[in-house]
Amino acid sequence: MAKSQTELRPLGKSVGRKEDPRFIRGMGRYIDDIVLPGMLYMSLVRSPYAHARIKHVDPSAALEAPGVKLVITGEDLAAMDLAWMPTMAGDKQMVLATGKVLYQYQEVAAVIAESREQAEDAAQLVDVEYEPLPAVVDPIQSLDPDAPVLREDREKKSNHIFHWEAGDKEATEELFRNAPVVVKQNVRFPRVHPSPLEPCGCVADYQSSTGKLTWYVTSQAPHAHRTVLSMVSGLPEHQIRVISPDVGGGFGNKVPVYPGYVCAIVASLKLGRPVKWIESRTENISSTGFARDYHMTAEIAAEEDGRVLALRVKTIADHGAFDAAADPSKFPAGLFSIVTGSYDFKESFVEVDGAYTNKAPGGIAYRCSFRVTEAAYLIERVMDVLARRVGVDPAELRKRDFIRKEQFPYQSPTGWTYDSGDYEKTLDLALEKIGYEELRKEQAEKRARGELMGIGISTFTEVVGAGPSHTFDIMGIKMFDSAQIRLHPTGKVLARLGVRHQGQGHETTFAQIIAEELGLSTEDVLIEEGDTDTAPYGLGTYASRSTPTAGGAAALCGRRIRDKAKKIASHLLEAGEDDVVWDGVSFSAKGLPDKSVTMKDIAFAAYTNVPEGMEPGLEATYYYDPPNLTFPHGAYIAVVDIDKGTGAVKVRRFLAVDDCGNVINPMIVDGQVHGGLTEGFAIAFMQDIPFDEDGNCLAPNWMDYLVPTALDTPHWETDRTVTPSPHHPIGAKGVGESPNVGSPAAFVNAVVDALAPLGVEHIDMPIFPWKVWEVLREHGVNK
Amino acid sequence: MFPNSFEYMAPTTLAEAVELMQRHEYDAKVLSGGQSLLPMMKLRMAAPPILIDINSIDELRGWKEESGFLRIGALTRHSELENAVELRDRYPLLAETAVWIADPLVRNRGTIGGSLAHADPASDWGAAMLALHARVEGIGSGGERQIPMDDFFVDTFTTALEETEIATAVLVPKPAGRTAGRYLKIERKAGDFAIAGLAIHVVLASDGTVAEAGFGICACGPVPLRGKRAEEYLLGKKLTPETIDDVSRMVPEDADPEDDLRGSAAYKRDVLRVFAERGLSDIAKELQGEGVVG
Ligand SMILES: Cc1cc2nc3c(=O)[nH]c(=O)nc-3n(C[C@H](O)[C@H](O)[C@H](O)COP(=O)(O)OP(=O)(O)OC[C@H]3O[C@@H](n4cnc5c(N)ncnc54)[C@H](O)[C@@H]3O)c2cc1C
Repeated sequence: MAKSQTELRPLGKSVGRKEDPRFIRGMGRYIDDIVLPGMLYMSLVRSPYAHARIKHVDPSAALEAPGVKLVITGEDLAAMDLAWMPTMAGDKQMVLATGKVLYQYQEVAAVIAESREQAEDAAQLVDVEYEPLPAVVDPIQSLDPDAPVLREDREKKSNHIFHWEAGDKEATEELFRNAPVVVKQNVRFPRVHPSPLEPCGCVADYQSSTGKLTWYVTSQAPHAHRTVLSMVSGLPEHQIRVISPDVGGGFGNKVPVYPGYVCAIVASLKLGRPVKWIESRTENISSTGFARDYHMTAEIAAEEDGRVLALRVKTIADHGAFDAAADPSKFPAGLFSIVTGSYDFKESFVEVDGAYTNKAPGGIAYRCSFRVTEAAYLIERVMDVLARRVGVDPAELRKRDFIRKEQFPYQSPTGWTYDSGDYEKTLDLALEKIGYEELRKEQAEKRARGELMGIGISTFTEVVGAGPSHTFDIMGIKMFDSAQIRLHPTGKVLARLGVRHQGQGHETTFAQIIAEELGLSTEDVLIEEGDTDTAPYGLGTYASRSTPTAGGAAALCGRRIRDKAKKIASHLLEAGEDDVVWDGVSFSAKGLPDKSVTMKDIAFAAYTNVPEGMEPGLEATYYYDPPNLTFPHGAYIAVVDIDKGTGAVKVRRFLAVDDCGNVINPMIVDGQVHGGLTEGFAIAFMQDIPFDEDGNCLAPNWMDYLVPTALDTPHWETDRTVTPSPHHPIGAKGVGESPNVGSPAAFVNAVVDALAPLGVEHIDMPIFPWKVWEVLREHGVNK
Repeated sequence: MFPNSFEYMAPTTLAEAVELMQRHEYDAKVLSGGQSLLPMMKLRMAAPPILIDINSIDELRGWKEESGFLRIGALTRHSELENAVELRDRYPLLAETAVWIADPLVRNRGTIGGSLAHADPASDWGAAMLALHARVEGIGSGGERQIPMDDFFVDTFTTALEETEIATAVLVPKPAGRTAGRYLKIERKAGDFAIAGLAIHVVLASDGTVAEAGFGICACGPVPLRGKRAEEYLLGKKLTPETIDDVSRMVPEDADPEDDLRGSAAYKRDVLRVFAERGLSDIAKELQGEGVVG
């Protein structure tokens, strides 16, 4: 049960969410709630073709339509040198198409009018003549040397974007040559979309009188967006204020900068009036950052008893028309090399090749620390293939291969230093809680009767919290994060951080961290994020990085405040600083516990009665550059029953045992896990953005891109073990993404386990009923 | 996500609505629950210049039993039929079907008349009304008429109603004996249109043989379809496992599904077979007691 917010020492307690009252009552203030005087509206004209030459764009009819103020075309932007913009992955992307369109729904023109309806009506009047070209949809065909070159702007005349590798190739080959057992599996992670409830949008407000641009945008990374905007537009950075109001879900979708944003800003600059642009659902799904779309092949070399030796992975990454991933710059395939997972591989070699296709641009991390989901899914899936091949129970096989707790900090063959973990303990708890042995017995009985029941395990490891400045940057900006704490004279606290929450509960959890450090209650601490004019610089919220980075900054910033507070306490207590002790709630002089001062007393003194020579006030800023990433892990178990007649899969039980180190707020962690599991469930069973051979997007709305509701969602059981991070200031790790990262493999492993007696080794997601039915039919089950 | 601009009229009597429809002809569209029409307008797949909202016409609401049939007003919401306890014994297929349509929000707005008039191949009411051998009552320039379900669906999104005709009610024949109904549906997620659906309606004569049989096939053809062969075969027979097995193989023969994102045609046919078998076995149990008569 949620605790009151007035309790002292709140860390680790299920304090009620401070943000809930406004969200639950529908009083959140989102981007579309922002209405400014004189505001205009923008609508985009999009390409109906996936690949076509633009013969001409004629805006004249639109310009004559009622209320229309401006039409912007690609040529207009080209004249301003803004037809292209950089992506966060170091590629560039068309803002409005010139010459060619490269995917269906690509932005071709922007229409700005007095009302939203007028803008939308007029957008239909922009006359665009296209000459369709053959579309390249399949990334494997796109890498064929004979494939038409899609990106004519690039020097390199091929659709190959990058080659990236990790690990020791030779040493890996060597182990494969002599291995008694080798298993190989092709695994596809479909193209999925974060599909936040609130689509993307912004209001650009340029004031010609002051030269200042205020840009309201639904952004997970407002500071980074300000810097990018300044670099792209040439506007001085201090004249740009980015405000990210309440964000209605992000999941990585709100990290990139989208063409619509640039158009709205250009329109506001040109017209001197605020311009609002709010995407439709179709625009969100069809044109903004998708995730995954990895075509992977994994091979494991192992001993006869299933002890793993080496892992070899080859991947083709479909990025669509532009590489619009938002990965740290040294990592074009994100942190995919975490693919050795929880297992003690001696060697590993991982390759990824990026490909352009005539599909929407992206490759963003959907509730995922940069391709960790693809990695975790792959290794957990293939470990099951190995288990079956060597005839060892998948739980037992995992235990044989786990990195042991004594091995931490563990050096992985692809270069990661895992901070801490106790994989066996987590799995043991999960097995016991789910009643693994009894389930296997039940399964044996059911199999004897011809019924299909499956149990799937996933014991994943993540790498989150990017990250240390020696390795991690986005467009050159190091990936530290920040906190700033200000105590007011009455002992109340305003704290601002460089991250930007979208449902993670920062207003509560960061208040808990700060209250804990200052001996106050959560109620006393107000958290603000998302306004670049007020918050300290930081790279934003994604990749489970907020607690590992800004959370660390908050704790250390609190300690910095406490250091000064101690000096003031010594003054108030009339004791030497060395004799002043902090008991978590107040300072007292050694041996004189009756006389104490609280942070509230000290805050007042900081403004009324500071010691001689001390700077008044009580505030601090902390930029925290983490020494390492954090490596949360978990053991998930799914139990499914399959209807042989229809192929429908019912998830009977699902247990998630997570280990995210020290827990700040158990209720919020549970909430994060529930949400992430629901997304993982959707990915496993219903989500995919397919295209036809002409590159038409076949699931550009919620009719066909499926988002589960409470009616579909299984009951989630959760538990946890605690293995603190040794380097994080409060021993915490990230958790927001674990359930999305870890669960798909558990679901798929369970389905494959149910079908295993038929000889089935793999089935690709999403597991629609018809796919199962087809497998059953192939194996002669349903006549 | 905005429709083209349109004019809006809200008559309060049927006569007024009929008059408006005739005056505006092709320009006008009836607005009922709006759960199909408004999404299409927002996607700009439909752009009627005039909407004639029939929601204020009380004559189109509610249901009552008249001689020989149950008359269900066209404005009856899916959720009203889902919750109509008094209809469960004699018209069990109504609630069985309603609960499968869309989600609770859509069911609170969508109407049975709108669902039929829209003629979506995946209309669950379409399948159910075929199974029940219902008729649609319409009114237009030529006055009132009744259209049997078999003649009602012409093609996808096209019915036998004239452009200016308004559907006023659905007439469901009173069952002539003990009756049972089942609606079986598989969907990709809760609230989705069917991958395939099957409505089954059975009435037993006093000697235990089948007196009425109805099979309505959903989402497996250009319009909802009737399982004609199965119906004919079942009449006069008892619900034995052998009969059920035979019938369940006949249902897919009257289906005409296509491969699409929801699955292959072969899959949909087989699901219909499985549904027929399960639904009839269930009905046999219900009407004949635990043991299916061997
Ligand atoms: C998310 C979602 C999911 C859905 N899922 C399902 C599902 O699983 N199964 C299912 O069967 N349906 C489903 N539907 C459709 C829903 O049942 C609609 O309510 C129904 O198809 C149309 O009924 P309506 O009253 O809303 O009609 P409207 O949308 O108002 O009208 C539909 C069409 O019929 C015409 N029309 C309406 N009433 C009359 C009348 N009395 N006389 C003449 N013409 C008329 C209109 O002019 C229009 O062309 C879904 C809808 C949504 C939005």
